[in-house]
Amino acid sequence: MAETLFDKIWNQHIISDLGDGNDLIYIDRIFLHERTGSVALKSLEERGISVRKPSQVFATIDHIVDTLPGRGDETMMPSGSQFIESFRESVQREKINFFDLNTSRQGIVHVVSPEQGIALPGITYICPDSHTCSLGALGALAWGVGSSECEHALATNTLVKKKPKSMLININGIPKDGVTAKDIILHLISKHGANGANGHAIEFQGDTIDRMSIESRLTLCNMAVEFGAMTGIISPDKKTIEYISGKAFAPEKGDQKLAKEYWASLKSDDGAHFSKVIDIDASKLNTYVTWGTSPEHAIEIKEKIPSIDQANSSKENTSIKKALDYMGLEENDAIRGTKIDAAFIGSCTNSRLSDLRVAASILKGNKIAPGIKAICVPGSSKVKKEAESEGIDKIFKSAGFEWRESGCSMCFFAGGESFGEDERVISTTNRNFENRQGKKTRTHLASPATVAASAIKGEITAAHLTENET
Amino acid sequence: MNPVKIISGIAAPFLRINVDTDAIIPSREIKAVSKKGLSEGLFSEWRYTSIPDRTPNDEFILNREPFNRSVILLTGDNFGCGSSREHAVWALQEWGIKAVIGSTFGSIFYGNCIRNGLLPIQLSTDDLQKLIDFVEKDPESNQILIDLETLSINFGSSEINFEFDKKYQASLLEGLDEIQQTLKLSDEISSFEEKHLKQNPWL
Repeated sequence: MAETLFDKIWNQHIISDLGDGNDLIYIDRIFLHERTGSVALKSLEERGISVRKPSQVFATIDHIVDTLPGRGDETMMPSGSQFIESFRESVQREKINFFDLNTSRQGIVHVVSPEQGIALPGITYICPDSHTCSLGALGALAWGVGSSECEHALATNTLVKKKPKSMLININGIPKDGVTAKDIILHLISKHGANGANGHAIEFQGDTIDRMSIESRLTLCNMAVEFGAMTGIISPDKKTIEYISGKAFAPEKGDQKLAKEYWASLKSDDGAHFSKVIDIDASKLNTYVTWGTSPEHAIEIKEKIPSIDQANSSKENTSIKKALDYMGLEENDAIRGTKIDAAFIGSCTNSRLSDLRVAASILKGNKIAPGIKAICVPGSSKVKKEAESEGIDKIFKSAGFEWRESGCSMCFFAGGESFGEDERVISTTNRNFENRQGKKTRTHLASPATVAASAIKGEITAAHLTENET
Repeated sequence: MNPVKIISGIAAPFLRINVDTDAIIPSREIKAVSKKGLSEGLFSEWRYTSIPDRTPNDEFILNREPFNRSVILLTGDNFGCGSSREHAVWALQEWGIKAVIGSTFGSIFYGNCIRNGLLPIQLSTDDLQKLIDFVEKDPESNQILIDLETLSINFGSSEINFEFDKKYQASLLEGLDEIQQTLKLSDEISSFEEKHLKQNPWL
């Protein structure tokens, strides 16, 4: 029977059919961070259970740590050092592969994992973090779990799981200049809702995906969870194999041939059944920005904020009204031209080298508007170093951006550092939830290009003039 | 985990859509490497008018009589979306919530509920509306009774049934520990692993 890519990887990892549709699935790799990993490891220790296969487990520090230069274990969040120190103690006791603070491999888990060759095509991969779905970009079956499931995987190398339904997102066409993976995923979520893929694993296919760089694919898959999906996945191709080659934890020479043979088989068969199919013509899309408090509240920059009456139901109606109140915006107003107070470039969605290069190309020779607070947080220590070797840090700094150490930083307000009340931030992150970036902070999600262009202008704008003229 | 069989009591209709786990328990309310001490931070941005002083917001549903004694939450679409933080479930439980009933849930949140014995029940929007209508008539007296064994919800003289994964129904009824259950399959796991790693030696 014709199988999907998801089916193939799933079936390869079934240890046992537990009945009632649940399978015992073998988990190849686990990644932990100090926020949720610490509690999982501590809880296991309290139960007297050790990590079954520490060589397959990786850990880094990204969530609570500060990103200011000269940072250490002490954080702006009062109890932050407790998380960092407890985590470090646990990972060292369990002999887990650890990329500690101030070492070259530290960074945001989902940025570190591909750049070190930890996430690979065809493997099962979990992390107690919802954006683990990012790694589907490499053809890994990767998804976020809670702490208890993580404990289960650490103790047994398995998870008990029911296979989700499958959804195919076909994306074809050459996007206009300035339209990026971020714009495509915001379009998808805005059109089909933040729970549009509830209960599904999605596969992205189409010639737009074929042309897309690995880093852009990571951005696309990153936000599958904001679409309600268990994960997003893309079949590995030549680009994937080239990308992985030579990475620290990727297959070594002797195993490469075997690995490549397996990877070549990782695509959905012709005629494989998907429970749902969505087609997108990428050539028709423009740049997107969110106006509200859910990623589904996204519109093209040239569009107007929806009117409350436009909603399909009274529930949606209330949701739009609440979102507008929180955001301090009016229905039917243009989103373009909305004044901003701050700009943020970072997070597991958009903090890789290619993201920083795009932003730098727009910032070069320009200054951010007066009074704007602008921060760039590279996704990993490696990204930071590479960007610095290209002089990207100098471009950001001379434009007026702060240039930080890597970490999750103000993607969410961990307690230490945040944007201010009622401050309007244009951000390359993934969640515009209420209070996410700071108490009463108003977040607008967009691509790195849009964030850089908006920082210069001091208001929400597209990077490409043609779009601003329409 | 304590067994779950019957849950009954006051239900609070909390029907906002897309309530994310950041809203259920904001990051900065997670102050220790612990599953405990989280109920104070539950919904803190909405529940308090001043977070540092913990001044209650009288308009927030869980601060109002009789909902301040709720054991069941009736939730809007996509409740528990967003971050994977299991603290959202621990905070709800510590506050006193034993079941959440909604049309859809964030998938990681749903799994986290199951693993902690916070019963997540998915209903059609029509059935959910019946419960909301019933509760809203008289929230104090119109209590709801959930029976996990018969997969039924009793309210007034009516009853509706819900679907639930059979395996998880059995584990919750018996309060089974999933890790201990899986550790019994250790031999099977090891023999699978040996074969799997031979086929994929780069792992």
